[in-house]
Amino acid sequence: MENVMELEAQFQAKIDRGEFIEPKDWMPEKYRKTLIRQISQHAHSEIIGMQPEGNWITRAPSLRRKAILLAKIQDEAGHGLYLYSACETMGISREELNHQLHTGAAKYSSIFNYPTLSWADMGAIGWLVDGAAIVNQVSLQRTSYGPYARAMVRICKEESFHQRQGYELLLSLCRGTAEQKAMAQDAMNRWWWPSLMMFGPHDAESAHSAQSMQWKIKRESNDELRQKFIDKTVAQAEFLGLTIPDPDLKWNAERGHYDFGQIDWEEFNNVIRGNGPCNKQRLNHHVKVHEENVWVREAANAYAKKNAKKSETLVA
Amino acid sequence: MSQGINSSLIKFVVRLGDNNLILGHRLSEWCSKGPFLEEDIAMSNIALDYIGQARVLYSYAGQLDGGKNEDYYAYERREHEFTNALLCETPNGDFGMTVARQLYYSVFAYALCNALLKSKDETLSGYAGKAVKELAYHVRHASDWTLRLGDGTEESNKRMQHGIDELWMYTHDLFATLESDKELVAAGIIPDVAAMKGEWLEQVKDVIQRATLTMPDVNAWQMEGSRKGRHTENIGYIISELQYVTRAYPGCEW
Ligand SMILES: [Fe+2]
Ligand SMILES: [Fe+2]
Repeated sequence: MENVMELEAQFQAKIDRGEFIEPKDWMPEKYRKTLIRQISQHAHSEIIGMQPEGNWITRAPSLRRKAILLAKIQDEAGHGLYLYSACETMGISREELNHQLHTGAAKYSSIFNYPTLSWADMGAIGWLVDGAAIVNQVSLQRTSYGPYARAMVRICKEESFHQRQGYELLLSLCRGTAEQKAMAQDAMNRWWWPSLMMFGPHDAESAHSAQSMQWKIKRESNDELRQKFIDKTVAQAEFLGLTIPDPDLKWNAERGHYDFGQIDWEEFNNVIRGNGPCNKQRLNHHVKVHEENVWVREAANAYAKKNAKKSETLVA
Repeated sequence: MSQGINSSLIKFVVRLGDNNLILGHRLSEWCSKGPFLEEDIAMSNIALDYIGQARVLYSYAGQLDGGKNEDYYAYERREHEFTNALLCETPNGDFGMTVARQLYYSVFAYALCNALLKSKDETLSGYAGKAVKELAYHVRHASDWTLRLGDGTEESNKRMQHGIDELWMYTHDLFATLESDKELVAAGIIPDVAAMKGEWLEQVKDVIQRATLTMPDVNAWQMEGSRKGRHTENIGYIISELQYVTRAYPGCEW
């Protein structure tokens, strides 16, 4: 018992000194579990997030935009891959992670349970959703678990391209015809609040925050990150000429931040509980694709085994 | 360049551009549907290669054709003006079907680009220089999967054989030529595409046999018509999706 307490003290001291925890280091079981939950949720979000954007690849209105969108989604798949690898360093397999996603034991970001209804949504997702993700991920570059922090560094480099392409897409719409601008505004109206919800509940209601902050799994609180995102996004919306759908949004000189209106937490909780427009669709799609392709994975394994045997006999 | 040879070259370049765009479109439909994550990424990668190649070719065609831009070819033409090989527009089917299509197409396209390296037309040889590297990977990818599926399990063998058989009837059309190609061949701008079939047949046969699959009947009837804009029913649906936004909001910049 004393031994464990000593190990925990050393572990915390290491974190306090700002050193990374590496896969072979001792760590409290709860640290490991919390990290697996957080990293896998992040990985699943990258993967499920491919669906709403994938919805528009074949309908992209120019070849340049099509190529950009496809490359962007491919990046997200790559992020999923890095993050699954980071998870695997904590002793959990890809199959198990996938299984947790399919059974609902693991979650993904609720933002992807909203439908992409127009081409402008490709812009709004890049600008707002990737934009919100960046704010969160930049702070995670200094997270305490080494493999996770390093994955974040790689991911952040690509995320800024994601946000830029989304913003640039919206800029074209906003400088285009009245119909194009209306399409952009409609996307803004639908994606703004869900993007703010991406940062999670208010600090006072956040179940995991205190311990995670102490372990430096989280570096800044939900509310701090949300405020950061809003503060940097308002001017960008003004430049586009789009209206942020929040009548209470205004600059507070005293705080040095924007004040903003009440987030609809009932909607937030409802979507988390599975009652969003696309929850079933997204998960069913992932399960269906996984099951339909069992035969491909089996074939690849069978072939690899056969050939391992063949080369064995060659050696013998 | 003479008027005549210029319009012959446009036709050839647009044909090749159409092959790339339509096949890239089909492969992009796999995004988020791949048999596992790594393969999902690989297929998006290949789709991106084709879409990138289409853009280069369309830009060149536009340059030859009074300054049209790449998007004109993708978004402003009607179904019958597309001259992609029929094979490129066939539906993805299961993964085995897609692999079969990739095998047939990439072996063809690799050989074509390899020959275009020696084209007297510098833009075409420049295009081929880049494309041939991408296509070498596509050939390897398709061959590896043909082997894995053909020589994997009983089920995968059956599915792979099905893909090979079903798509066979569209393969002859890959080699279709127009009367107008002849002067391009004579000028050393393009190879004689029809003459490339023998080599293609040998290579495809080699992979199919190594994969413990059965070669289709090479004398069976095969469909043609793509270079004259005669398609399968698939094309209309592809074009509907591809051009939906630009047709719904005409005259916009995106
Ligand atoms: Fe990402
Ligand atoms: Fe992203």
